[in-house]
Amino acid sequence: MSLTAHPAPVDWQKASYVAAQAADSRINVELETEGMVLNIGPQHPATHGTLRIVVRLDGEEVVWAEPVCGYMHRGYEKLTEVRTYPQVTTLINRIDWLGHFANEVPFILGAEQLMEVEAPPRAQWIRTIFFEMARIANITLFLGDMGVQLGALTPVFYAFRDREYVLNLMEAATGGRFHPNYDRIGGLKEDLPRGWVDECHGAMRKVRDFCDQLEDLLMGNEIFQTRTRGIGVIPASVGLDYGLSGANIRASGVDWDLRRDEESPLAWKEVDFKVWTHPDGDSFARYWVRLQEVREAASIVQQLLDGLPSGPIMSKVPKIIKVPAGEVWHHTENPLGEMGYYIVSQGGLGPFRCKIRSASFNNVSILPWLLKGVYVPDVITILASLYFILGDIDR
Amino acid sequence: MSSPETPSSQEAPEEAAASEESAPEEAAAPEQADPARQALIDGLRSKLGDGFIASEIVGGDLWVRVDVSAWRTAVETAKTELGMDYFCFLSGIDWLPNPSLSGREVWDPNPNEASEPVAEGGQMQTGIAGGDTRFQVFARLYSTRAHVGITLKADLDDENPTVPSITSVYRGADWHEREAWEMYGFNFEGHPGLRHIYLPGEFEGHPLRKDFPMLAREVKPWPGLVDKEQIPGEDEPAEEEAASS
Repeated sequence: MSLTAHPAPVDWQKASYVAAQAADSRINVELETEGMVLNIGPQHPATHGTLRIVVRLDGEEVVWAEPVCGYMHRGYEKLTEVRTYPQVTTLINRIDWLGHFANEVPFILGAEQLMEVEAPPRAQWIRTIFFEMARIANITLFLGDMGVQLGALTPVFYAFRDREYVLNLMEAATGGRFHPNYDRIGGLKEDLPRGWVDECHGAMRKVRDFCDQLEDLLMGNEIFQTRTRGIGVIPASVGLDYGLSGANIRASGVDWDLRRDEESPLAWKEVDFKVWTHPDGDSFARYWVRLQEVREAASIVQQLLDGLPSGPIMSKVPKIIKVPAGEVWHHTENPLGEMGYYIVSQGGLGPFRCKIRSASFNNVSILPWLLKGVYVPDVITILASLYFILGDIDR
Repeated sequence: MSSPETPSSQEAPEEAAASEESAPEEAAAPEQADPARQALIDGLRSKLGDGFIASEIVGGDLWVRVDVSAWRTAVETAKTELGMDYFCFLSGIDWLPNPSLSGREVWDPNPNEASEPVAEGGQMQTGIAGGDTRFQVFARLYSTRAHVGITLKADLDDENPTVPSITSVYRGADWHEREAWEMYGFNFEGHPGLRHIYLPGEFEGHPLRKDFPMLAREVKPWPGLVDKEQIPGEDEPAEEEAASS
């Protein structure tokens, strides 16, 4: 149809509009769309530090993703080789800085195993209490932070508030809010201060209230559910292949928890707790499992407080700690997943080699596989739900 | 200090003490007492034949050393036949003794002499399941159903540490191999892309090798060194005294 065929006077405005449309459509056909490379991070809040993720986009869809780590590499594996065993705990506190105390425990247990030293029962119980409190302090922040990533600002304030109860207790007993450095080979630095147990009971009640609150606030939220359900699904076999551990793999239906499944000198065998799993493997499942874990941790702490044995907190160890030659692998169920230390000793004052197996390193290595084919806003959801700490990736 | 706030538990310490006593007994038990791990050893030995060099069960944990040519087969067998569904980690060890790192010797600013103790300390002391060469690659695999783990080791050549990649067996090995390549200079044959993972791309050297200079520690002697000379840590009687006090 040509414009001159119109009998009526030409409506130039309309004609130019039609022409423009035609030109546009021709351009759209001929235009070659190019992939766009987008840098997420290194300063994105969802990365808990400085992880950079380079994604190649086709429109809104991620076709390729590559996490770039190393912005916080501190070389702990090398540093442990030039430090004595007691000095190492100061370093490894800073690996997963939200689960501070939980980092110290597997190292100390490994060294104790090599030295054939056992801490007295009271020390083991207090260690377990602090381990679970570190779990609460760590995961509580995740529970609030996940909301922030999805645009819900309220939960994170509750999370910071309620985490503070736990951190205050930590500070009261250890002297350090974030880096307690409380665990020693053969026991603990100090006993609990007077009145601490009652305070701790109160704090645990508050933590459980917080979980209930958060369930109402966030987990039932329709937007939250739409943005997390079915997003970032990890099948169990793929997750295990990549070495995912902790809540990330339990959210894929793998019923595996080192607290329950492995022999440990810590006091988990003395308490009742449930290992929660979720069959879905999506972001929502990971959130849900972690929320239940905080509840369980609070319940574990309360049970341990009720049955806390009396007695010494330090067994007899030499003043100069020398660990006999040997190798040991010790791992525990840390807030972020399986954390372990492979300690090689040659009878010196410090480890000859200490391989630090941190959970986040493996948890994040799945990202190139997981991010393929998702949309940009979901990248943030997935990052937040995988929950990693940068210090735990880079070490 | 005995705790005033825990009157309710009289039994618990005894229980824990009982379990404490049983733990060293388990560690000292003979290898045959561990059927699950013995089955793993038998499975690997029958599959690998000559590639299987040594195995040890220490403290309830299993180490198997294989020949580097059987490395991939060993990992594959562990995954497909022995039920090791979970990839824990892969890394390396450099057994070269370096006294200046451990603070036994103060750094000598003369580089020629500084290199001597490294060469002199030739008596390598290798760990569990032995080792013949300077470098070892080791990987930890685990069964989430049987709750049994295994540490596989393989000796690598001193000059050209090359080992087959296991990324096609466990996808999680990708990053770990990149890390071991960067930190130890191991060459993983068949790895899809050995790139730097932590360090900048132009970084030279392999930091976790024992002969990589750790300048901060060499310029300023190890803080423990000063104490160590004053406190008779080397002398056995003094140490026992400290232990008994």
